[in-house]
Amino acid sequence: MTVDSTAGVPKKASGTRRKRVPSRAGSVAPPPQPELVQLLTPEGERVEHPDFSLETTPEELRAIYRDLVLVRRFDGEATALQRQGELGLWASLLGQEAAQVGSGRAMRPGDYAFPTYREHGVAWCKGVDPLNLLGMFRGVNHGGWDPNEKNFHLYTIVIGSQTLHATGYAMGITKDGADDAVIAYFGDGASSQGDVNEAFTFASVYNAPVVFFCQNNQWAISEPTEKQSRVPIYRRASGFGFPGVRVDGNDVLACLAVTRWALDHARSGNGPVLVEAFTYRMGAHTTSDDPSRYRMSEELEAWKLKDPIERLRAHLVREGWADQEFLDSVEAESEQLARRVREGVRTMPDPSPAAIFEHVYADGHALVDEERAQYEAYAASFEGGEVR
Amino acid sequence: MTAAAPDRTGPPAPARTAAGRPGAGRPAEAPVTTYREALREGLREALAGDERVFLMGEDVGLYGGAFGVSLGLVEEFGPERVRDTPLSESAFVGAGIGAALAGMRPVVEVMTVNFSLLALDQVVNNAAALLHMSGGQLAVPLVLRMTTGAGRQLAAQHSHSLEGWYAHIPGIRVLAPATLEDARHMLAPALADPDPVVLFEHGSLYNASGPLAPDAGPVDLDSAAVRRAGTDVTLVTYGGSLGKALEAAERLSADDGIEAEVVDLRTLRPLDDATVLGSVRRTHRAVVVDEGWRTGGLSAEVAARIAEQAFYDLDARVRRVCGAEVPVPYARQLEEAALPQAAGIAAAAREAVGRDG
Ligand SMILES: Cc1ncc(C[n+]2csc(CCOP(=O)(O)OP(=O)(O)O)c2C)c(N)n1
Ligand SMILES: [Mg+2]
Repeated sequence: MTVDSTAGVPKKASGTRRKRVPSRAGSVAPPPQPELVQLLTPEGERVEHPDFSLETTPEELRAIYRDLVLVRRFDGEATALQRQGELGLWASLLGQEAAQVGSGRAMRPGDYAFPTYREHGVAWCKGVDPLNLLGMFRGVNHGGWDPNEKNFHLYTIVIGSQTLHATGYAMGITKDGADDAVIAYFGDGASSQGDVNEAFTFASVYNAPVVFFCQNNQWAISEPTEKQSRVPIYRRASGFGFPGVRVDGNDVLACLAVTRWALDHARSGNGPVLVEAFTYRMGAHTTSDDPSRYRMSEELEAWKLKDPIERLRAHLVREGWADQEFLDSVEAESEQLARRVREGVRTMPDPSPAAIFEHVYADGHALVDEERAQYEAYAASFEGGEVR
Repeated sequence: MTAAAPDRTGPPAPARTAAGRPGAGRPAEAPVTTYREALREGLREALAGDERVFLMGEDVGLYGGAFGVSLGLVEEFGPERVRDTPLSESAFVGAGIGAALAGMRPVVEVMTVNFSLLALDQVVNNAAALLHMSGGQLAVPLVLRMTTGAGRQLAAQHSHSLEGWYAHIPGIRVLAPATLEDARHMLAPALADPDPVVLFEHGSLYNASGPLAPDAGPVDLDSAAVRRAGTDVTLVTYGGSLGKALEAAERLSADDGIEAEVVDLRTLRPLDDATVLGSVRRTHRAVVVDEGWRTGGLSAEVAARIAEQAFYDLDARVRRVCGAEVPVPYARQLEEAALPQAAGIAAAAREAVGRDG
């Protein structure tokens, strides 16, 4: 089947109308707001959007809140563990919890996600234990979750390459006859890569059931998004012949509604969608970065006013759907999680050096076997088997 | 030159004040510097001396480059000449080729050799071939700088040593500075070269520090260098393995009375056969040390040349110490196990000399 590049698109794709939000009296004025889909204002007020509606129960909202808090907590714990020398590196998701939990919760169990290296919140929604992620960043295993069981792929470091894998995967699952969809995460920086643009072309031409989910966190290491694109990223989609929507990436409800719509659009045979979640990387690029070198602290302060967790908490409290007891119980649970993660990481056994020879080939290989044998003999020649 | 603590995650070091430099307070004639600072000085000199020169790549501006080499240069030369580019290796390498064709002298920085693979078509099919395919009309005076190698816990997609692949390609010159002097003085002759030059900076060397010879001048890009004289065995190496080979040589001398000569290839294409073979003809034994994989690697080329041209001078078969043929692991102890280390180099040399007991 071929794609009519514009049919049925404009209404959803515009994504630009929303109710005005009064600015906070007495606080620093945030930078001008881009036009984007929003269902929950930074002040925690629920607003309607003409194209994207969302039905939620108080219970569901509390569950979303819990996810956001727990995800932020273990992410913070991971940063601390890296500082204490327990992890080689950590790429924090701080500030992007709503984009990840919203889109993560939009997936059906059968939908398959291709992450970058920062999607700890999506991993959480897909049921991947945080300790798996930390084991990988500690270097004791390669993640250890089963991508086919969790429908959550391994992390990808080479910028943009997973968008092509997601496209091919989506092309593949259409042969299964199931109505699953695929979601490919990538960043604003990645949008400049050839791979990503080639993935857009392929997904469009093959009408693949894939949602391209760009977390525009305003930075690619030290480069602001203006260095990547002269048009808003979501508008790139129209040139490839599929809809693009920009959503408030710090609004978990809008992210949930838009991504759910996009996945349904894709699974129903309408082809790909590009979602740009407009958010902010509140922390460093990774633990080896110091953002004070290239960005102003005022920017961070302005974005703190749009904090993704704060606004849902305000909403829950205002509606009377969360009392202190509930908030305290989530807090206590997050402390418990942090403790479990900390203890779990510290007690992970180190792999034996000979592990480097594992899984180089599916069925083994003579050369690898030879090198392993040499290595073992060499190691044995040292006292205690420790190579100095 | 001593390697400082390995800089695992590659954060750019903050600009140092003179007083904060290691060794400050020593006599002034041989200023102490780091590999990173030496590279930066080379860049600064090139930018100041020729307005056709400009630097571009990811995060080379305010951030100072992924490994801090260009720190401070955008402040000094402005964003036209030190350019942060969109995140696309193929684009900035390809655009560098275009700028070189237009008469500029671009220096393009790629974060790691692994990511240069996204631009390999531009290098191999285009930069390396254009002069020949245009009948000599289109020279591409481009300098491509990138980090190579492991030892910093950055895992398989940041840590490979693929310079041997590049050394396979006719039409380009391939450099691998291993000393402070080479880091400081290879860029000028590379820019003067009318052909594309690929310069590999080993990631484990950026923090290496020591006195920079004040009288060092532009490096002769056609010659390898003997870094330690010896009589019993030749260790042939380059880049990040040079320090390990020198350490092995010291151990061999102290523990076994074996004097190893250490040859630093430093130009990987074209290879300087004369220096390597001259050494092997004196010592009659050779061990080739290369962090890259053994199969089809640069070490194979060096060993083959020794066998082809100095076979009758050899008293022992040529040995190789290479990176394990696996993707470079992330965990520190696994990474160490996968790389050539001084102990393994010394063991191979002892074997070659016939004292492996
Ligand atoms: C092909 C490639 N080039 C360069 C890098 C180095 N690098 C790692 S993260 C990054 C920035 C990515 O920015 P963005 O896509 O916006 O994602 P974010 O980190 O903001 O989540 C870069 C350049 C890489 N990993 N892969
Ligand atoms: Mg980004």
